[in-house]
Amino acid sequence: MTSALKVVAAGLHTTVQDLGRYGYQASGVPVSGALDAFGHRFANRLAGNADNAPTLEILFHGPTLEVQADSVRVAVAGGEAEIELLGDRPLSLGGWRSMVLHRNQVFRVSGLGDAACCYLAVEGGFAVEPCLGSASTYARGGFGGFEGRALQAGDLVPLVRDHASDRAELGLAEPPPSTREQPIRLVLGPQQDYFTDAALERLVREQFSVSKHADRMGMRLDGPTLAHRDSYNIVSDGIATGAIQVPGSGQPILLLVDHQTTGGYPKIATVIAADIPVVGRRKPGDPIRFAAVDVPEAERLRREAEAEFEVLVARLAPVKPVGGLDAARLFDMNLISGVVFDDA
Amino acid sequence: MAVKFLASADSAVIVEFGDRADRAISDQVLALGDRVRALAIAGVVEVVPTFRSLMVHYDPLRTSAQDLIAAIEKALASQSVFDRKRRLWRVPICYERDFAPDLESVARATKLATDEVVRLHAGTRYHVYMIGFVPGFPYMGDLADALVLPRRVDPRIHVPPGSVSIATTQTAIYPLDSPGGWHLIGTTPIQLFDVHAEPPALFAPGDAVEFEPIDARAFAQIRAATERRDYRVESTELAA
Repeated sequence: MTSALKVVAAGLHTTVQDLGRYGYQASGVPVSGALDAFGHRFANRLAGNADNAPTLEILFHGPTLEVQADSVRVAVAGGEAEIELLGDRPLSLGGWRSMVLHRNQVFRVSGLGDAACCYLAVEGGFAVEPCLGSASTYARGGFGGFEGRALQAGDLVPLVRDHASDRAELGLAEPPPSTREQPIRLVLGPQQDYFTDAALERLVREQFSVSKHADRMGMRLDGPTLAHRDSYNIVSDGIATGAIQVPGSGQPILLLVDHQTTGGYPKIATVIAADIPVVGRRKPGDPIRFAAVDVPEAERLRREAEAEFEVLVARLAPVKPVGGLDAARLFDMNLISGVVFDDA
Repeated sequence: MAVKFLASADSAVIVEFGDRADRAISDQVLALGDRVRALAIAGVVEVVPTFRSLMVHYDPLRTSAQDLIAAIEKALASQSVFDRKRRLWRVPICYERDFAPDLESVARATKLATDEVVRLHAGTRYHVYMIGFVPGFPYMGDLADALVLPRRVDPRIHVPPGSVSIATTQTAIYPLDSPGGWHLIGTTPIQLFDVHAEPPALFAPGDAVEFEPIDARAFAQIRAATERRDYRVESTELAA
């Protein structure tokens, strides 16, 4: 029998993602991939995977899953998300750590806290066929990931491994600090000359917030409108992830991983690569303040973010198994419940 | 021609050749795209040609805008021509009433007979400027002057796949069910985007396209053959 995680409840929007689909933008194919590549990569490191291994991206409200494998090592990373074992008495097993779960155990990813997304990695990864070189789901196009769509109840998401390897569990002593209030750095342009001086000033002086019109394609921002000098149509050109385009309404749209590859609205600025994961985890209602930097500074900040990621990975330390094998079995058999899981 | 280098933060460098849809500009964009691809410059993730610019996506951990611009300037100065196979596609299209919801309104707006709209649209060889908007969507031009219209006032929420459309100086085909604001003047039974093909978009920027009018019966036959994966769109290689 194929080893799998069975979807008992799908959550709001749960998709298979990796670090993105590159090389096909000239065919009009968006990059897709994890909204928060930091969380995706961290979950993979916890599970012992390469950074690009497919994970489940969980938006806002987590899924409930059942283990249909002898055992599986899982890890969630993102916000305050944790794994909650369901049963007679639900049991919080924590987040930002790895753990082994066993056949027929049912768990839920709960409590994302102030993050829009979190990532569930499994040791060995999910066994989905790459599409155009990537496991990422592009739901609008109906391809990639698991059948080109978000997960639904009843789906069996296949696993590469049928049991967890024998190794110590890893975890962070505490979750990384929230980035909800952090200013988002951007570089003006490529079409800043389409905007009034007042608009450029408002962009970096005033506060915006994420409107309810937000998905993997982009987020419309509430707040001050940004006036064009003259025209709000340009002859279409390319779009980078993080570009802030401003249509005729003056209401900016910050483009995220599923954005279209080309477009005809002027882009007042582009969020720097280091801060794409930071905006990726903002949710409707969250404040957004921008700060302008130049390209060399953006590149330096990207290197700095990478160094910080590795520092955090180096801080991973062994943690106790969740109750240990025997306890997990006993739990299954309902002989005990609520043993002392003091590390959870 | 002087080019402008624009930055999209530390994610992409845009090489801008002009500010309009123009064949001469497009040829320069495509030639630079071919050269940058052939040079396999370190840190370049991919290049995307558009009407008037080449977007060079890069990995800021592997290169910098400064080094990238220096490499692109070298590529611009080089005279070497990279031979890219360009194709001429013959695309079957049905202009009959049921397949062309906006043909009459286009005829009214352009003060032409519907036959004349069809004759002008099918009588032009188009240049594929770029693929964008949705996977496989080709922007092709230029339309006969008499057919140039602004986009529809009311964009549709659903445009069926295969719809052949016009707006401004361009004609396009919707490969997937998507929203759209262009005028729909015909439908093609062929498939423009297939994730199992390499590359997945049927047309590449720089290709040429001609439309071949067909009736509803031929449409049904070709669509059925397409669904059986038993239909190849007619094409020939273009001389460089």
